[in-house]
Amino acid sequence: MKAGFTPATVLALTCGFAFLYLPILLLVAFSFNESRLVTVWGGFSLKWYGEMLRNRQLMDAAWVTVRIGLVSASLALVLGTLAGVTLARFTRFPGRTVFSGLVFAPLVMPEVITGLSLLLLFVSLDWARGFWTVAVAHTTFASAYVAVIVQSRLLTFDIILEEAAMDLGASPLKTFFVITLPVIAPALVSGWLLAFTLSLDDLVVASFTTGPGATTLPMRIYSQVRLGVTPEINAVSTVLIGFVTLGVITATLIQKRRFADGQKRKA
Amino acid sequence: MSGQPAQTPAPYVSPGPQTTAFEVLERTTSAFSFYGVLARFVQWLERSGRTLVIALPFLWLGLFFLAPFLIVLKLSFSETVLAVPPYAPLVAWLEENGLSYLTVRLNLSNYLLLFEDSLYVRAFLNSLRISAVATFLTLCVALPLANAMSRAPERWRALLLMMVILPFWTSFLIRVYAWIGILKPEGILNAVLIGLGVISEPLTILNTDIAVYIGIVYSYLPFMVLPIYASFEKMDPSLIEAAVDLGSPPIKAFWTITVRIALPGIIAGCLLVFIPAAGEFVIPDLLGGSETLMIGRTLWLEFFNNRDWPLASAVAIVLLAALTVPIVLFQRHQARRGGTDGAS
Repeated sequence: MKAGFTPATVLALTCGFAFLYLPILLLVAFSFNESRLVTVWGGFSLKWYGEMLRNRQLMDAAWVTVRIGLVSASLALVLGTLAGVTLARFTRFPGRTVFSGLVFAPLVMPEVITGLSLLLLFVSLDWARGFWTVAVAHTTFASAYVAVIVQSRLLTFDIILEEAAMDLGASPLKTFFVITLPVIAPALVSGWLLAFTLSLDDLVVASFTTGPGATTLPMRIYSQVRLGVTPEINAVSTVLIGFVTLGVITATLIQKRRFADGQKRKA
Repeated sequence: MSGQPAQTPAPYVSPGPQTTAFEVLERTTSAFSFYGVLARFVQWLERSGRTLVIALPFLWLGLFFLAPFLIVLKLSFSETVLAVPPYAPLVAWLEENGLSYLTVRLNLSNYLLLFEDSLYVRAFLNSLRISAVATFLTLCVALPLANAMSRAPERWRALLLMMVILPFWTSFLIRVYAWIGILKPEGILNAVLIGLGVISEPLTILNTDIAVYIGIVYSYLPFMVLPIYASFEKMDPSLIEAAVDLGSPPIKAFWTITVRIALPGIIAGCLLVFIPAAGEFVIPDLLGGSETLMIGRTLWLEFFNNRDWPLASAVAIVLLAALTVPIVLFQRHQARRGGTDGAS
């Protein structure tokens, strides 16, 4: 029974991936449907994309969402990297248990709790709710994901390289920038991308922490979805899915190329 | 990037053991006051580097993750009032006869209501039940998929792995929304089934618990597949071969060897699905019916529709208490994984 495809594994893969992809593909297909009805194919049309571009509220929300994503992903990258380095490299310091708890808990915390608790914090600090409160909220949960990615990359990377650099007189800061950073760079790229998509995607936490003038795209989509399926939302979804797919494929290819380069250099 | 100027080749000529980036920086750039300031900053960073690296995320998470829970806890004991913000202060100065007293008004009525009103009790139990059943169903779908992925030829695995991760990157809301069009009475599934002659009347799936199960399994499947796949991949396939050669039926070999070995991955996957699913809001709201009571949705309604912040806080605290055991288990698991990986 060596590695290879057998009828059973092919069946499992086909069913599994059909389940994962059919709903998305149907959604994409019906965004090009002339008819407003979901089950009736009225011919190919791009009219819902036109409607989408003319919908000011939707476009404004998309712009707000992108800006929040850029800010929070960048902040989360810095905080998450620091946290990941701490978890992977500093095994002993007071409060380590609490620290790792604080890093891992946001990964599984139900969103309603995170959202409610952050809102109450902002109210008691008397911060005006809007763009920045959503950005801070997103930074908080996204940095946990970045930390986990950076930590696992650091754990597979030989600490001897860092020790050698420091033995040769490099300061810890210099060692980080010259040795560690280039090695974990792919992890940082995926961490940033993940933080960005998490922020683009979030409905619950944003709904709690937002204020006037900072309605995000998921909030707009949600309020329209509650009223029923509309081809316009299918069009928006298709655009989002397209962007994300391109991003993930690019990131994977970059990482693969780097890996291949590394193998070549080793050989 | 403050470390950048320090990368001049100078220190590599004779790297004294005590040379710090600061000294190099100062030697090469002391003519410019801007770099002088930068150099002093780098020096300060290097002296307090470790503390700073730990302190920055610690403070951030302390302020924006830990402190908010204390506020939720505090608020869950206060009274609802018609004001902005809509709750009464817990601690107040009371002025009486020219004297002022510090008063603390601990109000337990929110919690009492939660345990007396059968609506909330049912919502809690329902959430735990739906989440548990959905976790089991997710596991049933994930096990064969992860197993097949780990058996695929090596050059296929990266692609398969990417295909599992890709849906996880696309919007959660959109993936839940996609199912509305499929499951609704005049939706795609019913159209196909009626077209094939399997059924004559459309099935009612949308707005029932079944739709919620489908939604959870679909949305959380990657969380289950990835850790299980990771443990399958490390497994030596000759173990199964040996068992089958010795006369064990393949199904039995799968359960006694494969599943046993993948147990850490299975546990991690189950926790990653169960905990967030128990507090899920979007799936029961969009796919579930009005009878699908789940606590995340109850919290949302109390907060946004009834504007009862203290009651919503009490719901959050009880939910958190119910999830404490699985969350602590998950963290132990993560910490142990980190520890052993680091040692190896």
